[in-house]
Amino acid sequence: MHPAFSVVFFTTATGAGYGLLALLGVLGGLGFVEPDFWLGLVGMGLALGLIAAGLLSSAGHLGRPERAWRAFSQWRSSWLSREGVSSVATFIPAGLFGIGWVFLGRSGGWVAVAGLLAAVGAVATVCTTGMIYASLKPIAQWHSRFTLPGYLIFSAMTGGVLFNALLQGFGGGSRAVLAFALVLTLLGWGWKLATWRHNDELEIPTTANTATGLAGGTVRSLEWPHTEENYLLKEMGFRIARKHSAKLRRITQALAFALPALLLAGAFVLTWPAAAVLSVIAALLQLAGMLVERWLFFAEAKHTVTLYYGR
Amino acid sequence: MTCLPAQTDKKLGLVIDLDTCVGCQACVTACKEWNTGGHMAPLTDIDPYGGHVDGVWFNRVHAYEHTTEMGGRTVNFPRSCLHCETPACVTVCPTGASYKRASDGIVLVDEDKCIGCKLCSWACPYGAREFDTQVGVMKKCTLCVDRIYNDNLAEEDRVPACVAACPTSARHFGDLGDPASAVSQLVTARGGVDLMPELGYRPTNKYLPPRAHTERAAKVPAPALEPVRAEGGFLGWIDRMLSN
Amino acid sequence: MSHGAPRGANSAPSQRPLADTRAPDEGDGVDTSPGVSDRIAKTTCYMCACRCGIDVHIKDGKVRYINGNKDHPVNRGVICGKGSAGIMQHYSPARLKKPLLRSGPRGSGEFREIEWEEAFSIATERLSAIRRSDPKKLAFFTGRDQSQSLTGWWASQFGTPNFAAHGGFCSVNMAAGGLYTIGGSFWEFGEPDWDNTKYFMLFGVAEDHDSNPIKIGLGKLKARGAKVVSINPCRTGYNAIADDWIGIRPGTDGLFVLALVHELLKAGRVDLDYLLRYTNAHVLVIQEPGAADDGLFVRDAAGHPLAWDRVAKTTVRAADPNAKPALTGSHTVNGRRCVPVFQLLADRYLNDSYSPDAVAGRCGVSADTIRRIAAELAHVAFEQAIELPVAWTDWAGRRHETIKGRPISMHAMRGISAHSNGFHTCRAIHLLQVLLGTVDVPGGFRFKPPYPRPAPPGPKPAGKDVRPMTPLEGMPLGFVCGPDDLLVDGAGTPTRIDKAYSWEAPLAAHGLMHSVIRNAWAGDPYPIDTLLMYMSNMAWNSSMNTVETIRMLTDKDASGDYKIPFIIYSDAYYSETVPFADLVLPDTTYLERHDCISLLDRPISHADGPGDAIRHPVVEPDRDVRPFQSVMIELGARLGLPGFVNADGLAKYRDYADYIVNHERTPGIGPLAGWRGKDGSSIGRGEANPDQLQRYIDNGGFWHHDFSADQRYYKMGNRAYLDFAAEMGFIAKAEPIVFQLYSEPMQRFRLAARGHGKVQPPAAERGRIEAYMDPLPFWYAPFEEDAVDLEQYPLHALTQRPMHMYHSWGSQNAWLRQITSQNRLFVHAKTAADLGLVDDDWVWIESVNGRVKGQIKLVDGVNPDTVWTWNAIGKRRGSWGLKDDAAESNRGFLLNHIIGDQTAADASGKRYSNSDPVTGQAAWFDVRVRIVKCAAEEAGFTEPQFERFREPPRFQPSPDMLQFGAEFRMKREAAE
Repeated sequence: MHPAFSVVFFTTATGAGYGLLALLGVLGGLGFVEPDFWLGLVGMGLALGLIAAGLLSSAGHLGRPERAWRAFSQWRSSWLSREGVSSVATFIPAGLFGIGWVFLGRSGGWVAVAGLLAAVGAVATVCTTGMIYASLKPIAQWHSRFTLPGYLIFSAMTGGVLFNALLQGFGGGSRAVLAFALVLTLLGWGWKLATWRHNDELEIPTTANTATGLAGGTVRSLEWPHTEENYLLKEMGFRIARKHSAKLRRITQALAFALPALLLAGAFVLTWPAAAVLSVIAALLQLAGMLVERWLFFAEAKHTVTLYYGR
Repeated sequence: MTCLPAQTDKKLGLVIDLDTCVGCQACVTACKEWNTGGHMAPLTDIDPYGGHVDGVWFNRVHAYEHTTEMGGRTVNFPRSCLHCETPACVTVCPTGASYKRASDGIVLVDEDKCIGCKLCSWACPYGAREFDTQVGVMKKCTLCVDRIYNDNLAEEDRVPACVAACPTSARHFGDLGDPASAVSQLVTARGGVDLMPELGYRPTNKYLPPRAHTERAAKVPAPALEPVRAEGGFLGWIDRMLSN
Repeated sequence: MSHGAPRGANSAPSQRPLADTRAPDEGDGVDTSPGVSDRIAKTTCYMCACRCGIDVHIKDGKVRYINGNKDHPVNRGVICGKGSAGIMQHYSPARLKKPLLRSGPRGSGEFREIEWEEAFSIATERLSAIRRSDPKKLAFFTGRDQSQSLTGWWASQFGTPNFAAHGGFCSVNMAAGGLYTIGGSFWEFGEPDWDNTKYFMLFGVAEDHDSNPIKIGLGKLKARGAKVVSINPCRTGYNAIADDWIGIRPGTDGLFVLALVHELLKAGRVDLDYLLRYTNAHVLVIQEPGAADDGLFVRDAAGHPLAWDRVAKTTVRAADPNAKPALTGSHTVNGRRCVPVFQLLADRYLNDSYSPDAVAGRCGVSADTIRRIAAELAHVAFEQAIELPVAWTDWAGRRHETIKGRPISMHAMRGISAHSNGFHTCRAIHLLQVLLGTVDVPGGFRFKPPYPRPAPPGPKPAGKDVRPMTPLEGMPLGFVCGPDDLLVDGAGTPTRIDKAYSWEAPLAAHGLMHSVIRNAWAGDPYPIDTLLMYMSNMAWNSSMNTVETIRMLTDKDASGDYKIPFIIYSDAYYSETVPFADLVLPDTTYLERHDCISLLDRPISHADGPGDAIRHPVVEPDRDVRPFQSVMIELGARLGLPGFVNADGLAKYRDYADYIVNHERTPGIGPLAGWRGKDGSSIGRGEANPDQLQRYIDNGGFWHHDFSADQRYYKMGNRAYLDFAAEMGFIAKAEPIVFQLYSEPMQRFRLAARGHGKVQPPAAERGRIEAYMDPLPFWYAPFEEDAVDLEQYPLHALTQRPMHMYHSWGSQNAWLRQITSQNRLFVHAKTAADLGLVDDDWVWIESVNGRVKGQIKLVDGVNPDTVWTWNAIGKRRGSWGLKDDAAESNRGFLLNHIIGDQTAADASGKRYSNSDPVTGQAAWFDVRVRIVKCAAEEAGFTEPQFERFREPPRFQPSPDMLQFGAEFRMKREAAE
């Protein structure tokens, strides 16, 4: 699949944003993190900013963005529509929570309810995003039991690491949050490795034989219907060399998991401000790493239509 | 409405005979020509005279080499929308632009509702969806819904443009939901198959496999030739034949 | 044609609409009955030479849609990939807009626009001077012309013998091989009996020529489960769907066919009765080496060939229906030894050199396969014979209660003809058909009227006597029957610029257009003044040895004048040849013109009856262009050519449409056969009918006459048919056509080479004439195989035309070029592996003539010793309205660059045209190559590259986007 930047950025940014929103909503709303105007403003700004930027980016991917409102109508059948509904709906409790927690400096009560609802909305939205990919049968790498948990884990992980960096940045970090971020990073790493391994060993029942109905033997593409690349090939015919892919996997592991884990471990043993610096760097590196991870998520996904083109 | 009808009154579709298709591209340009002025007009061509030409086409013909232990064959393979019974391209559509008609089973796109998210093209395993970058909407085969019921055409012309054009009669149109229809019977007689049945989209269109190197291949039960056994050999045989 | 079949959407009765075509009440707002067009104009397609009937739907003055005409006998409602894309051809950005006069150097593309009046006066002045001095200094060659009956007649009236169309570099071997053998040929003169055949053999047919009829026919065979056997090095297109694909080595088909003949003869599986009735198998041949008539037929005083009556033990007229002719033996007539043709034939083909085991290696086909095919042919012909319950009467008055048929049919095309041994190979295929008794029988190969004609048909080529201001005594092209008919002077020097009908190409029935540029450049046999060409891309894909050809077109003599002094070219589009013209006459598109598809020319008849058709303007030109034929008619009048002016010196015809209706070639016979006579009630013969074109338009653009059931088969000996054919003027007399298994005209050339007769070849030509003018078909290796080191050049290289392209035209078509804008070189996977090549590698394709670079694609379905590519995809930058980055000029390549236009020098240093020695057919497919992986820095682009042409004045850059059809929808929806 073509790793369009708009979609790569959208899923990475909203994943982190919703993860952060959920943590802020739960921990802020319930008072585990004391209301603090600047922390709140930056934290909620970051969460909602990432979400909004991601959504805008995905709208930029549309052929007719001015009709985007129509996407809220088919929630009964379409995960994309559900994502749209859920993402927009989540802004309401998130907004209320922001007003209560950031501007009014309150927690508990209706602010907690709003925070918890925002968290539920965030989780639900990430689920719908995951399901968009997990439900696509033509792409075996996505249509797998790894996809939905992966989206949730990476959302929690990037949100957690951001949350930690945020708290650390405002001097309110805690070992518990650091540990949480570290554990999620390690979990994310493990999940990604397991996903890659699963995909590498995937035996896809759909082949050029079943695609053409020509049973037995080999089916080799002799001529395409058109000399130049068409929409299908540009959108879904993306190919990545094994060597290139292996390199990018190493970069992903280093940036998204290994280095953040080391930095977080470092922060664990160091004190403020060093711990804060490491935490912020960990978050930035991880976001960069996750962009590479998401790029690979698309680039390594093989759509069945490529079988028709001998790819 | 992107929820699928529980069932459709008819299952209109195509039967494509891979044993007969010579890959002449007649269906391809006939489709282009009808549809670029038809229901989903236009079928935009980007850079039509340059090095990165990319047009919208609803029907494309591939060529493959199929090799088994019985032998090899070149197979020309037309590919277009299969008007599936459970088309995920419809159910993934967030806007209701994609839909499956309850009456005849044709899968269509309502362009006015399409936001161009392209998810339907991801959900279609067969590559039947074609994005018009200029108009910003997804387009696809309409099974010539603006021909098959068209009062402005002579009755016998109310078939999809690709079928009317096909010089070898490798394309057949009809109701595959009616077991008595000519297309259904053709599928039965020739062992028609679904494409990617394992994905469960239940395509309406069927493909008839090539017959060469199979039990359905045309055969001539000819005994080996023996030299004439007449006195004087062949010429002697001639003389005897002529004097009979 | 099938009769009484249910009417479907096209030729296949299975293509029916729904039982109930009323739109269901879906409620989705879809307009299921949009208006299609304001009017439908029925005319004839010109996207290739097939000439199908088309319905052009006009909406708001624009072409909305083109579909096949269901009533038309050629295509029965189907339309091919090209036909549907006709819209894009009609609106091509490469269309010429106005007459052009060269203003820069030849080949640069620098022109200035001129008015038609100036164009006419330039041409008139020049041609008038030629006609007054030496008319043969005008060479008029017309390419893919469908109006040769007009253009040939124009040349004849002008007085130049130097006329031909493109047949010499297309398929003259196929035409001449058939016409000299059975009086007909594949494609335009015959077709398989698709409705009845049970076994179909397809030789060397790429996806062109008779395109829709073959496809319709294959569809019928497939629907019936009849067996299709293809003999072709490439397994694409029609060959892909064969039940049996025989991937033969190029140029060895003749050997394969004669091995089948060997097997059939050996087993006694030939139709003796058929041979005696319809062929010259029993005609006696004089066997007296050294005599002036050795190898000629024994004739009686009246000139009738004789046979030996095995009962009466005496000679008898071969045509005597009561004779009991012998087919074998040696007989003495007037003291001279004579043998029947069949004896000679058996002696030759029973020889072990034609056995399957002897030929298998050379053909690349196993001996078992050859034996199996022979057995299958014998089985179907003799065990599965069919009978139609129709009574008919033969030429001798014998009534037959049924029509018997042996249901084997064959078709062959360029893969056979484009070799230097193609003429004899084509004859061999007809020999095979005739031995099996399958010509013009139910299930066999059938003639299309006006064929069969006597083998060979008359008349002979005119041009022996070329004088100023004097028309030729006949048409420039014809059929020679012996050396006396050649167009050579006393020293044996050719009269024609292309050396057709000379010792170098005696049976050159279509001329040698591919030799004209070289000969004119070299002044061999003489220099010319003006080369007038129409619609043939001679500076690119229609010439061999392109690089050299371009040089010859631009070469100057010592005084700085072009060696070919003046070139006039007419074309509708900015092709690679236009920039080499001094004067360009812009033609219209096929939707803007009148044309006639005439029985006098290249007919479109059906085996079940003759037919012809017209084109008529269905849209008006939006530029200052004129149809070429009307231009020639006006030029003829301005020159005062007899036939083009009345007694008062004024123009006889207003334009081509006027000519089509009013011209009579012989009294009562004109270009169109339908609706003749004042009231339109006659066919074939009759007075001119002023309403004729309207009658054609009212009938859908064509005329077709259906034969009665008893006229449809055995046309070579069918009383009812022969009478009709004579009445229509197809044949001079209602006499049977005798198939010439043994060709006496060819033997006459041999005798001349042996020193007999008043016209004899120069000493240097005698060996060639002796060798190749063999009266019986034989096989010899294609010339290039003998001339090059086969270890150096181990591969054959072929081209095929994709079914969606016609010559170079397709690349200007926005839709068709999307399908193929780069041609790959297809290489057998094993061959590639041996050379260390993988898919997508860039290679040099090298022949003795040069090298060209292209990208390869591996394939299994090809003869392993053969590489091939799609023809005419490679384009020169600046032409055809293509942008500079188009794949055609950057990655596509033209194999023509490495195909020599001359043979290797013989012992005397003489080089002949790279052509068949009998007919002059261009031997495109003889070329031998090797492929070599190119250096890394050379990959990704084709070579050789040529300087970019400038565009003519006022040329608009081609658009960056097309949304053809959007306007129809907008208007439709606005109206709702």
